[in-house]
Amino acid sequence: MPINYYIFLSIALFCIGIVGVLTRRNSIIVFMCIELMLNAVNLLFVAFSKMHHLAAEAAGTVNTAGTDGQLFVFFIMVVAAAEVSVGLAIIVMMYRNIHSVDVNFLNRLKH
Amino acid sequence: MLSVVALFGALMVITSKNPVYSVLWLVVTFFAISGHYILLNAQFLAIVNIIVYAGAIMVLFLFVIMLINLNRESEPNKNRWIRMAGAVAGGCLLLVIVAALKNTEFNTRSAEVVTGDIGLIKNLGKELFTTFVVPFEISSILFLSAMVGAVLMGKKN
Repeated sequence: MPINYYIFLSIALFCIGIVGVLTRRNSIIVFMCIELMLNAVNLLFVAFSKMHHLAAEAAGTVNTAGTDGQLFVFFIMVVAAAEVSVGLAIIVMMYRNIHSVDVNFLNRLKH
Repeated sequence: MLSVVALFGALMVITSKNPVYSVLWLVVTFFAISGHYILLNAQFLAIVNIIVYAGAIMVLFLFVIMLINLNRESEPNKNRWIRMAGAVAGGCLLLVIVAALKNTEFNTRSAEVVTGDIGLIKNLGKELFTTFVVPFEISSILFLSAMVGAVLMGKKN
């Protein structure tokens, strides 16, 4: 499977996430689009890891090449889980204060 | 086929009015991406993706949407120009990156599909607990602090 298929798929997913962040006003959907972008990057990480592994295998060097990329994906998932828990707590707190999840109400920094 | 499912799911995430449907389409997208991981023989990441994203994070989203009673259309002032400007900006970004990457040397490289054993739990675990043991512990501290922060913010003040 050529690597540029994966590159273009990841770019398309990432751009859909960006369009979602720019157009939607519901903060939960904005948050979901951020998750979508993280997943696009994860897919690209795994594809490049397999590409690197194939190149190292052809060169006859160490056969654990490419493990780092997959572990980075694992760490990205860990950080994303922590981020989601804190972010949803912030959204719930915001709803409790201003009774809305619209990001347009957040343009003032006081009260 | 899997790519079509992933892209269609992602498009439905940003176009559906109801946030609950958005979450469900995002789950579909995550399953498609997990299918890609399985095709790349990264089985550990496929399982972790399903468990963590489709299982835990999406249930958390759904729970919050139900909790604050958002399961209806609730986007009052739809500014059509802003939406169009956002779509055009995203499309331009897509166009620019695709045009920039169309003629690179990556065209000759390829990723190894179905074979290869670096994605198995044995190899990843060996690497994780030898080379990457310090970031692993730091991520556990990060989780602890995230938990404390979430509880602190969720508390009624």
